[in-house]
Amino acid sequence: MHELSIAQSVVEIARRHADGKRVVKVELRVGHLRQVVPNALAFSFELVAQGTEVEGATLDLVPVPAVGICRQCGVQSELTLFPLQCSACSGFDLQIVAGEELIVESLELEEVKIGAHAN
Amino acid sequence: MEHTQTKTLVSEGVFDANDALALGNRQAFDRAGTYVVNMMSSPGAGKTTLLERTLERLGDRLRLGVMEGDVQTSLDADRLERFGIPIAQVNTDPGFGAECHLDANMVRFGIPGLPLEEIDTLIIENVGNLVCPAEFKVGENSRVMVFSVTEGEDKPLKYPLMFRTVDLVLINKIDLLPHLELDLDHLLRNLDAVNPGVDRMLISARTGEGIDDWCAWLTARRLS
Repeated sequence: MHELSIAQSVVEIARRHADGKRVVKVELRVGHLRQVVPNALAFSFELVAQGTEVEGATLDLVPVPAVGICRQCGVQSELTLFPLQCSACSGFDLQIVAGEELIVESLELEEVKIGAHAN
Repeated sequence: MEHTQTKTLVSEGVFDANDALALGNRQAFDRAGTYVVNMMSSPGAGKTTLLERTLERLGDRLRLGVMEGDVQTSLDADRLERFGIPIAQVNTDPGFGAECHLDANMVRFGIPGLPLEEIDTLIIENVGNLVCPAEFKVGENSRVMVFSVTEGEDKPLKYPLMFRTVDLVLINKIDLLPHLELDLDHLLRNLDAVNPGVDRMLISARTGEGIDDWCAWLTARRLS
């Protein structure tokens, strides 16, 4: 269950960038090849975030499809299953150009304006 | 008080912090001229037995060192003690989620316990697990996986994250093949499906079959 390791790291990154503010949402780009199980990650994230400024934040997973360029024929294919194979010539020698991302893209933080009047 | 929400761009890789520490480890290893192998497998695939065979064969020819990642015990390190080589024991954190693999930071703390200048090749025996260790670079030059034939031919397809990142797969316990229904060709096809053409060797740490090939592979990779 590597989702727990991933969640720990995501929460650490969010806290470091939050600068003490409450984190409302974390946007995470997840490449298809990282084999992240969304439910397991959501559960781990909730668990690890407890008691921190990330507690209660929404984890927004943005899936990134896997894409490879064939070194033989140069065709670019979306890769969904193993074996990773060129859709044109069925070759296996591919340069993976997308699908290995695991990136905390952005955070939504809550700003509290002290002294503002609510009418 | 008024609450507003602001969006902050971060664009930070989940493993960037680990990768930076791994790079630091790698620089320390490079400076000392130490080649580092990150050895990974499921629990019980035979890593420690393989290390015993390796030390028996190469003890005179290669200055080997071992870093042992273990969840709690020092049982593996104890088994290797008789060889009189430098061994560092890194017990993984008892913390949440950190117990299932070695990361670059744990290895960093293990380094001062080793006389790197006197070690040609350091084998880091990772925690037995087919998933998490694959995510964490520790500063290694190459990744070697020990895979036991008892694990079944489907595992490369089930754990591609691990199988895709390794440079060599040691298919261990082949002395058991006559007693198993494993289809070796099928296993190799599945291996090629996730890591086409990856180096592989058929070995038995128990009988010694194939161990010479593995030792030759290891010996050929020293830095200095």
